[in-house]
Amino acid sequence: MGYTPVKGGADAVRAAAELTRSSSSQLIADALGERSTLDHVQAHLGAAVDRIMGEGGLFAPDLAAVAITQAEGDMDEAALLLRAYRSTLPRLGYTQPIQGRDMRVTRRISAAFKDIPGGQLLGRTRDYTHRLLDFSLLDNGGASTRGQGHAETTVPPLDGHADDHRPDATVTADASDGAGFTWPPFPKVSDTLRDIGSIAPLPEQSPEETPFDITRESLRFPVPRSAWLQSMARGETAAMVCLAYSNLRGYGYADHGTIGEVRVGSLPVKILHPVTGVAVTIGSFEATECEMFGPEGDAPVTGAKGRLLPAFGLSYGLVIGRNERKAIAMSILDSALQAGELASIDGGEVAPSNDQEMVLSHIDGIESTGFVEHLKLPHYVTFGSQIRTQMSPRRDVMLAAERTLAGITPEVATERGTGDE
Amino acid sequence: MSAIATLPTEIVRHDHVASRNAEQIALKVENLEARYGRGCSACHELTGPEHSTNVCGQCGTVIACADVSFAVRAGRTLGIVGESGSGKTTVLRCLYGDLNPAGGTASLMTYEDGRANLFTASAQVRRRVRNFDMGMVYQHARDGLNLRISAGGNVAERLLAAEWRRVDQIRARAGHLLERMEIPRSRMDTPPSAFSGGMQQRVQIARALANGPAVVLLDEMTSGLDVSVQAGVLDLVLELQRTEGVAMVVVSHDLGVIRLLCERTMVMKNGRVVESGLTDQILEDPRHPYTQLLVSSVNA
Amino acid sequence: MNEAVVSEMPHDASRTQSGTHSGYSYAFLDELTKKSVRRAILKAVAVPGYQVPFGSTELPIARGWGTGGLQVTLSLIGPGDVLKVIDQGSDDSVNAVNIRQLVELTAPGVDTTAATEEATIIQTRHRIPEAPLHADQIMVFQVPLPEPLRVVERRESETRRMHAEADYGRIWVALYEDVVQHGRITRSAGYPVVVNGRHVMTPSPIPKWDVPRLHQAPFLSLFGAGREKRIYAVPPLTDVVPLAFDDYPFAIEDFDGAHCARCGSDDTFLVEVPQPDGSSVMSCSDESWCEARRTERGQS
Repeated sequence: MGYTPVKGGADAVRAAAELTRSSSSQLIADALGERSTLDHVQAHLGAAVDRIMGEGGLFAPDLAAVAITQAEGDMDEAALLLRAYRSTLPRLGYTQPIQGRDMRVTRRISAAFKDIPGGQLLGRTRDYTHRLLDFSLLDNGGASTRGQGHAETTVPPLDGHADDHRPDATVTADASDGAGFTWPPFPKVSDTLRDIGSIAPLPEQSPEETPFDITRESLRFPVPRSAWLQSMARGETAAMVCLAYSNLRGYGYADHGTIGEVRVGSLPVKILHPVTGVAVTIGSFEATECEMFGPEGDAPVTGAKGRLLPAFGLSYGLVIGRNERKAIAMSILDSALQAGELASIDGGEVAPSNDQEMVLSHIDGIESTGFVEHLKLPHYVTFGSQIRTQMSPRRDVMLAAERTLAGITPEVATERGTGDE
Repeated sequence: MSAIATLPTEIVRHDHVASRNAEQIALKVENLEARYGRGCSACHELTGPEHSTNVCGQCGTVIACADVSFAVRAGRTLGIVGESGSGKTTVLRCLYGDLNPAGGTASLMTYEDGRANLFTASAQVRRRVRNFDMGMVYQHARDGLNLRISAGGNVAERLLAAEWRRVDQIRARAGHLLERMEIPRSRMDTPPSAFSGGMQQRVQIARALANGPAVVLLDEMTSGLDVSVQAGVLDLVLELQRTEGVAMVVVSHDLGVIRLLCERTMVMKNGRVVESGLTDQILEDPRHPYTQLLVSSVNA
Repeated sequence: MNEAVVSEMPHDASRTQSGTHSGYSYAFLDELTKKSVRRAILKAVAVPGYQVPFGSTELPIARGWGTGGLQVTLSLIGPGDVLKVIDQGSDDSVNAVNIRQLVELTAPGVDTTAATEEATIIQTRHRIPEAPLHADQIMVFQVPLPEPLRVVERRESETRRMHAEADYGRIWVALYEDVVQHGRITRSAGYPVVVNGRHVMTPSPIPKWDVPRLHQAPFLSLFGAGREKRIYAVPPLTDVVPLAFDDYPFAIEDFDGAHCARCGSDDTFLVEVPQPDGSSVMSCSDESWCEARRTERGQS
């Protein structure tokens, strides 16, 4: 197949930018008759503003609000905007050193003691609230912006194809898998390569009979691939990006693959009709999918045209909603975990990204943030126990007794053994 | 010495009818087989010294060792010699439980009086036998020692796994063993990461002997050590042979080590035993072409 | 005391489950989830000290803040039960208040109390109440890290094997090294114990003071680790023995003869309270016990 470069790259870039601008929050806010979105962000999304200031490295709440709005809530993007702006600011000088003890405190706690001079000031915190969704926000004019003024339904698709996969698609009965659905206009890159015979065909059967269910069973290592894909699909974006980054940089088996395809759009939700047994589409959801071709797969296989193929390894990422960086990170980690134990080629330690237990135990944001923050809980009993234990006597009594018995004075070895042979 | 064109398929044995000695059999292994891969009906025929490969041409399974049988008496030492890929280390790893064999039996005189097959015992039982009755010295100290705890701690771990519960007794025994390995008591509380290679091997030996095991397995224990250092370690093992009454299996690619330590020897190639018998006879009058090649390359 | 005022569960019109008026299940968890937690509890009771994996659902409380203990409590509690919740021994701790309120909201018919002797279920973080407990009471411990071997081995696949094979040499050698370096065992809260002579377990981060209370206790102890997704148990009248050496035995915390500044007790676990003038006083960590002692002495 000949590969013809597409002309009109500049036009495509312009149109993409236009799409982004036309879907910005300001338009939505105007359409809904709200006041300035920036006010809204600062008033209602204060935690986001704080986070962006911290990651951007600039204390400027109003500019952080701009960044968040401009980035439509993409926090990494907003941090980049603020960081990039910071770098344009001239350095005027250095401040004087300051002390934490001079802080004008609005919240102050200690886990080491139950009460402390000055008191435990809980201040403004969500720590001790019950995390129950406040449905009153839904009722009080907080109509969902999805499906109203959303980019996909206000701006016509670029290629002019009718898009049946809109989020509000109604129930469609499928006689068979193909009828009643517009076949996607974009053939999968991996499918195309399989047809050509450049990569290995899909296996006849899935290697797992039933997929693991991480919401019903806890992980006991090693886990099958369905378990790690599920865990990563709802993993914390930043944690996964961190580990994927480490792999790309060389902490682990890193001969990084090539993105075969990233696709963003909506996927149908299908069930088998309880009476007819026929597959029925009951709705759809937006998703981002990434397929990567790695440099090495299993043993060489024979392809569609009878050629012996170098067998690219295929790795995969799929996340709910639009989140390309997470989908890409997921496919990098999928590749890393497939390499797994084999990755410690020289018999050394397995790198974090290749280590199932390391990756899967630490990418769940709910678990990681909860446990890290639990250190704020009172720990004065354990702390007290540690102090009491350290204070007991008997230091060196045992060793002194031994010295007396053996009649020798032990030396502290400070260098490698010399002349001991 | 002719090149190895076609190799005989039989194992050449030098078994002579020696006078039966009073020592009982400490360890007996029969038809041990270990492989990597799922295996097929052709694996056996397509691998071995006559094919010069361990890899089954039909299914790609690696037959690390097969048809390995031997017995070692208390106080005696058996050598296993061969090059990389011969399967000699695999045999030790199966015995120590680091690897699960595909078939065969192993019996230990201290386990059910030698009547039961260790390979079919539960993992819990196997671990108990390993902790109480066996010792292993690995080629690399990092595999056999915990370099982050003290030398005494490494020996103590074996005693603790065998349910010793008094620190003074543990330290007395560990200190005594290390001293016999010529490691002074003053170094006992130092991590072996600070020791030289030879010293680390001697800590391993002390650790392997800690529980007075029935069998000690030594895997290339002198490889990577200076010649002079090797001599020290070998002397130590010779002395232990005289005093401990423990059965030993010594794996080495070095015929000199085998000659020094082992009364009997097995020669392995591509996972099979090609020759076995008294060490002296094998070295002086090797029958199998591969053994002849090995011996001649040393003498040359 | 920070008692947040919560009057009712948020109403979710999309739910039609029977139960409370708010549309949530009784005791928040749906019946299938409760069933799977109870199954795990039964298995845990059947194998004392063994960590049973379970699905562990999310709750409206952050992970690491008591979701494991809560799942156990919510799966057991019903009308007629009396619940006490403490954190560091205090009923008033904001964390205990938060948890207690969630149960009050979702489980009508359940009473709550600060009086230990009235409770049928006691959910606790880091303490056992000072009052003697009886056979009709259940202790539910919140556990941050259920794996006692984690200090010597970070891989779950390996710690699982160590438990399965009763291969506990490495945790014992960590204690030995502790003695060698410090002249005594310096482990404090969360001291490892052997349960029923078989499994090594962490009793959760309770102080050493509370560990002897578990041995041959008349009450059932359940341990829930929500984030790590493990449940374990010590059935009534089970041996619970701290790991220690015969010549370096287990010892509880020593308060040097200090008394509680509020009630005068010298036989309870005391915590230090720094004063503004730079001094500090000691007081009972178990505040309801302390209050009862003060009442006895007419000090309230």
